[in-house]
Amino acid sequence: MDVILEGFTKAFQLLASLDREVLGIALLSLKVSGLATLFSLVIGLSVGTLVALTSFPGKKILVSVVNTGMGLPPVVVGLFVSIMLWRNGPLGYLELLYTPTAIIIAQTVIATPIVMGVTIGAMQNLPATLRLQILALGATRVQMVWMLIKEARLPLMAGVMAGFGGVISEVGASIMVGGNVRGYTRVLTTATVMETGRGNFDMAIALSVILLLFCFAVNYILTYIQQRERPR
Amino acid sequence: MNRIFRMLPIFVALFLFSAVAPVSTGWAAQQKNLILATTTSTQDSGLLDVLIPIFEKQTGYFVKTISVGSGQAMKMGEKGEADVLLVHSPDAEKKFVADGFGVDRKLVMHNDFIVLGPANDPAKIRGAKTAADALKTVAKANALWLSRGDNSGTHAKEKGLFKAAGINPEGQKWFQQTGLGMGETLNVAAEKKGYLLADRGTYLALNKKAHLGLEIMVQGEPKLLNIYHVIAVNPAKWPKVNNVGAKAFADFMVSKKTQEIISTFGKKEFGSPLFFPDAGRKPESLGL
Repeated sequence: MDVILEGFTKAFQLLASLDREVLGIALLSLKVSGLATLFSLVIGLSVGTLVALTSFPGKKILVSVVNTGMGLPPVVVGLFVSIMLWRNGPLGYLELLYTPTAIIIAQTVIATPIVMGVTIGAMQNLPATLRLQILALGATRVQMVWMLIKEARLPLMAGVMAGFGGVISEVGASIMVGGNVRGYTRVLTTATVMETGRGNFDMAIALSVILLLFCFAVNYILTYIQQRERPR
Repeated sequence: MNRIFRMLPIFVALFLFSAVAPVSTGWAAQQKNLILATTTSTQDSGLLDVLIPIFEKQTGYFVKTISVGSGQAMKMGEKGEADVLLVHSPDAEKKFVADGFGVDRKLVMHNDFIVLGPANDPAKIRGAKTAADALKTVAKANALWLSRGDNSGTHAKEKGLFKAAGINPEGQKWFQQTGLGMGETLNVAAEKKGYLLADRGTYLALNKKAHLGLEIMVQGEPKLLNIYHVIAVNPAKWPKVNNVGAKAFADFMVSKKTQEIISTFGKKEFGSPLFFPDAGRKPESLGL
């Protein structure tokens, strides 16, 4: 029990003293996962909406693939992204392996199916007559889609939160494509693994506490947006 | 509540800004990259945290330290995915160089391996003359042995010791592989009260902080030496490797000043140095 208490004490010390290294690690985590979530939101929302609102042959298969992707194991993504980004791999000329950008790419791959899957589900859950009604009231197609997205706001934000929670807490892909390079690609989760390996349990707990605080803060903001207006 | 609501755009803007920022720094830091693939022990002991910043300051290179087992580090070298290696698996290293993957292999430092076990020593191996004897006793007593099982230098050494003892531990009930780094495997052994082979550096560094409850059972045999070499990845095989940087790093590791830092690293904190500098010496002089 002592070690947990020490960890909490250390966490508050580190936060209060604004320890530069820890602050850098925490900010990088937020930046990388934030951007990955943003990208996955753009891709997931647009493609998800398109899939939900149109019908085409093979739709069921596509939706099943997306739904499977919602549980994509981060290490598998990490492995494939690593192989693609290897110096002598297909995208090696980009020189992206072991950079924060590489982590963003991997995390985007992880989060996109989550956002997309939730989007498809949320859009299909709206009453089918709603679309017709909006169009009948003279809305353009763009306005119609925008209104549907607003209508499905609650589950969509839940999807964003799930995506962000998934990537900021993920360690396998980050360590494989980022390499846990000090001051460059070290994020909260990879730093926690390393400090545990070094026997710095108090530091590891401190980092975990900071990670949880971050998750809470971000989810609080997202929940706030989600609950802005009471659903009817 | 209304005030928070009005501040919301600021939160969102900050969030977006902080999200975009790393891409720019990502590009800026890419001019002079050097990928160092190394063992977990050099990172877990904290030695590289001391040396790398000095090297970066001296030469302007940006070092990406990828801390994996020696086996994986050499695999990265074989594929041209690393520029320079700092590893401790002499037999595999010789093959690595002979196969044309590495050049300029230089002796850097050593420490030693120790056989550790729980303080109450259930298999009674304390004071065994050789590590091989100790392993035989462990096997006979069916006492839990924890192996890293990750093709690291430590794992390679352990395989050699088991071979010398005439034991094939694979698949035995008392033999468990963690597949983890040295520090994590020490933690597992501490929790499960098992025996294991570890390098002294990581053990000392970890035991000081985590009080593992593991004690040294066998030590001091020449066979248990743990020798670190620096190897540049062959640029003739992989034109994309940063050979200039690799050479600079190798020279830095065997320079007088670095060797001095290695000789004092950890002395204050642990009472004895974690590594002993060997630059310029022949491996034979270490008693191999």
